[in-house]
Amino acid sequence: MSMRELSFAQALNEGMAQAMEADPRVFIMGEDIGVYGGAFGVTGELVHRFGELRVRDTPISELGGAGVAVGAAIAGARPIYEFQFSDFVSLAMEQIVNQAAKMRYMLGGKISVPVVFRMPCGSGTGAAAQHSQSLEAWFGHVPGLKVVEPSTPEDAKGMLLAALDDPDPVLIFEHKLLYKTKGHVPEAMYHTPLDKAVVRRAGKDATVAALGIMVQKCLDAAEILAGEGIDLEVIDLRCIRPIDAATLIESVKKTTRLACVYEAVKAFGIGAEVSALICESEAFDYLDAPIMRLGGTDSPIPYSPILEKAAVPQVEDIVAGLRSLVTKRF
Amino acid sequence: MLKAKTTKPENARPFYARHSKEQLRNALRRMWLIRRFEEVAEDSYVRGLTHGTMHLSIGQEASAVGICMDLTNSDYITSTHRGHGHCIGKGAEVKFMFAEFFGKEEGYCRGRGGSMHIADPATGNLGANGIVGGGLPLATGAALAIQQRKGQDVAVCFFGDGANNEGAFHESLNIAAVWKLPVIYVCENNQYGMSVSTERSTAVKDIATRAAAYNMPGVIVDGNAIADVNEAMMAAIELARNGGGPSLIECKTYRTRGHSRSDRNRYRTKEEIEDWKVKDPIPAFENELQKFGVFNLAEIEAVRAQVETEVAEGFAFAQSGTNPLPQSVLRDVYTVSGAA
Ligand SMILES: Cc1ncc(C[n+]2csc(CCOP(=O)(O)OP(=O)(O)O)c2C)c(N)n1
Ligand SMILES: [Mg+2]
Repeated sequence: MSMRELSFAQALNEGMAQAMEADPRVFIMGEDIGVYGGAFGVTGELVHRFGELRVRDTPISELGGAGVAVGAAIAGARPIYEFQFSDFVSLAMEQIVNQAAKMRYMLGGKISVPVVFRMPCGSGTGAAAQHSQSLEAWFGHVPGLKVVEPSTPEDAKGMLLAALDDPDPVLIFEHKLLYKTKGHVPEAMYHTPLDKAVVRRAGKDATVAALGIMVQKCLDAAEILAGEGIDLEVIDLRCIRPIDAATLIESVKKTTRLACVYEAVKAFGIGAEVSALICESEAFDYLDAPIMRLGGTDSPIPYSPILEKAAVPQVEDIVAGLRSLVTKRF
Repeated sequence: MLKAKTTKPENARPFYARHSKEQLRNALRRMWLIRRFEEVAEDSYVRGLTHGTMHLSIGQEASAVGICMDLTNSDYITSTHRGHGHCIGKGAEVKFMFAEFFGKEEGYCRGRGGSMHIADPATGNLGANGIVGGGLPLATGAALAIQQRKGQDVAVCFFGDGANNEGAFHESLNIAAVWKLPVIYVCENNQYGMSVSTERSTAVKDIATRAAAYNMPGVIVDGNAIADVNEAMMAAIELARNGGGPSLIECKTYRTRGHSRSDRNRYRTKEEIEDWKVKDPIPAFENELQKFGVFNLAEIEAVRAQVETEVAEGFAFAQSGTNPLPQSVLRDVYTVSGAA
């Protein structure tokens, strides 16, 4: 098998191109995705290959743009809507939360909403409070939406293709700092499941459930701690809604300790859900220490690089946190 | 829709008749300050001294200054991601802007906001904005506060041609018109929202025509001619201060730099950019000032020299600024009890 490497952005680009090639119903909409190639270069040259009707630059109108994508989806199209920054989804909440998410249910199952939203998220670019958020947990609270966050190029393509073949609305969160990271990506079209976490590193001393960009940081931390004789199991959550409880429960029963690591604001986030589902499960009895959450500070993302770093977990913070987790007891 | 008058003998124009030599000097100084601030900021970005991104308004200085020059500190503005000009136009000091750029505690936002969020409430600047169209309801709300307190001030909202396709534009203008709020909407139409031209994004040719839908005056001006901009603004201010409600001014202009640092200019031609560089608003203003005998060349050169010093000193001040402490990351999320 070839070990062809693509960047995360190229993997998404290839997935979109293959989907458009295979299915005339698929098209892309968004701001500056045409000749500009997308703010992060994800659509790249696609407009030259597929034309302006299938790679549509929208006016700067997120409510309209995202809502029109929802409307096209209920009428037989397979739109991909790219938010330039996922922060701007706040302008489009109505159509996603009130319409796309609920339509199938409200209408007694008579309508499908096969729309895909691509959501560049996260901090680390010096773009400050309105361009750096990690809002995925917001959408986990809305039944009817599927919410995923790939951490590798391979999953990025596979989840995009799975999302396009899914009859329900899917939001794919893409951490901006991952776009340039490289990894093996199969050339064929394939699906990565939208409801399965994956164990990235097997270990026995504690389970680390990580999301998005934090997966690699946790693997780095695990590598450092392995040098101290600490053996960590790192789970890439990948799917926020539906969340893969079974994989988490099984792992915690084995390791007896759990940390959840994510970039978003720690409070009211994915960590609370992960923690609660373990507490409600049979894994609770196996726990030897309180569950730990490592997340962003209770603040917007600041501009200053010093503060920006302080606002989200860094490898050092994860190492320190996990080191204390494995010795903690109730 | 009104068209700005430009037919009178020019030295008798209200712009020259109603402003003192000192005011005109200050207007030129501010235009140069914007230009030089941005050129130095751009250079420091290229040299890796700052991170993030920045949006330069080089070529658009006449609208920023022409709009702001008759405002007082108690009049409000809301600005945009391309806001350095508005900020300086309203009276900000470049040293604190540079400090913000470098993420220093001395910066206008203590290093928390960066280029895209500079605000200076002391001069009535309620802030730049990272959200396209984000300032439209805010300026409208500031005007509502003025009306509630029966004040004489006005609120001015800068926004781009791209922003006029956000729902916030339409909702705000309607509210302002229905309530006759003292707000002036200033569209800096530089013909592109990032890479998308107004022809490709906007159903009308002139954004000012949208004013008619909200029953307010809409004026089109040459945004590179400070006198044209300012005369339209004086009329709008008079209307707003006298209970006549909102207006919309569309300044036709152009940004000669890319949208942001990552722009490869694939959506426009070199010729188009070069054509607009010839219409640079600063030399145009300097020529007029000399033609009408307001200043001689030596006086103009003195303004430029003063700006050079101010920018160099501001840059040095900012470079030696204080870095925020990592543990201060939670500061100002909420008002600390007891603080103002
Ligand atoms: C709600 C929202 N959508 C998109 C963006 C990304 N963005 C930033 S500036 C910009 C173009 C804005 O165009 P315009 O309003 O004409 O202002 P200009 O940049 O030309 O000054 C875009 C698309 C944003 N910051 N906010
Ligand atoms: Mg514009």
